[in-house]
Amino acid sequence: MKQKGWKDLPPGSVILEGGSAARFKTGSWRAFRPVWIEENCIQCLFCWIYCPDMAVKVKDGKRTEFDYDFCKGCGICALECPGKKGKKAIEMVEEGK
Amino acid sequence: MATPLTLKELSKKEELFTHGHRMCAGCGAPTIVKMVLLATEYPVVAANATGCLEVSTCISEYTAWKIPWIHTAFENAAATLSGVETMYRSLKKQGKIDKDVKFIAFGGDGGTYDIGFQSLSGAMERGHDMIYICYDNGAYMNTGIQRSSATPMGADTTTCPAGSCVPGKLRPRKNLTKIMAEHNIPYAAQASPSHWMDLMKKVRKAHELPGAKFLNVISPCNRGWRSKTNDAITLSRLAVNTCYWPLYEIEEGITKVTYTPKEKLPLLDFIKPQGRFKHLFEPGNEWLLKAMQEEVDREWAKLQAAEKCGC
Repeated sequence: MKQKGWKDLPPGSVILEGGSAARFKTGSWRAFRPVWIEENCIQCLFCWIYCPDMAVKVKDGKRTEFDYDFCKGCGICALECPGKKGKKAIEMVEEGK
Repeated sequence: MATPLTLKELSKKEELFTHGHRMCAGCGAPTIVKMVLLATEYPVVAANATGCLEVSTCISEYTAWKIPWIHTAFENAAATLSGVETMYRSLKKQGKIDKDVKFIAFGGDGGTYDIGFQSLSGAMERGHDMIYICYDNGAYMNTGIQRSSATPMGADTTTCPAGSCVPGKLRPRKNLTKIMAEHNIPYAAQASPSHWMDLMKKVRKAHELPGAKFLNVISPCNRGWRSKTNDAITLSRLAVNTCYWPLYEIEEGITKVTYTPKEKLPLLDFIKPQGRFKHLFEPGNEWLLKAMQEEVDREWAKLQAAEKCGC
């Protein structure tokens, strides 16, 4: 992004566009990647509510894929996932493997 | 009609706090903000005291907030929002606004317990119609883990480093929720992100009551607590189940415990996974572990007694 001079910025450096952070991708921070295993998913949505990075996509009340553009790989979702019959629906995999 | 408090229905709402913020991986605070804004059914204006949440959700041209949001200095989030709320009341009286707008101030424990304490106390005493939400991670995490008055006893921080002279912080933490309740405000409560339903119910209840409300929420910080990045929710749950962080509310002076753990776990379960307490397991520091457990037991007994006598 090209840096703006003081003449280009709104007075008081107010940000006029809400939620503009969605253009800043934080996915590159990740060292471990969560992988969703659909057949073990009971759609409890705990991963969605506990995700600090709003990186679990939900459509019509059902979770879909992870948003890897923003997931920082903290692993909270995998730890909190209750899974089905003792099998977790989210696993953490090292990036690059 | 208000959205039912089920995850399925809540997930259909627009998230007013977006991804792309730069809080650390596994931080507790963004989850808390997300839950608070999901529970809120009104147009809302927020003020944010300086702290991790403020500096990393609004960097240069990027803001993670989709609501009107004001950055304030460390000490005056409550005072700034008092002014905004007063202006709103004036405009409403003049007939220039007809919407019901709610006001929320967010502050970390440094900006709430210590530096912002006098402006918070003033706003609570004047009874401005707002909720002040403190996300309590127990130290000045943003500037490098300096002790605050919310730091628990025995914790190692950079300004009370555990070593041969002192075994971490020696004083117990300040009970801010009770201090705020003593301002005779209609509602003061303690919540935890692990118990999302309890937290959201408290936010909704607070919004419906007129006057100044205070909500204290535990917010695990894996950098400062020296724990793993994935255990923010687990640790906040352990804090509740060990009664280190009991979930209760004080409404019009009447205390009510909103969640009693099925089995009260020993405090060790909460402190063992945290590196900031690791020196407590060295020989010679057993007394401090005992003192910490006694303090938790004492506070929990006091809380239960307060609930029983209806005061």
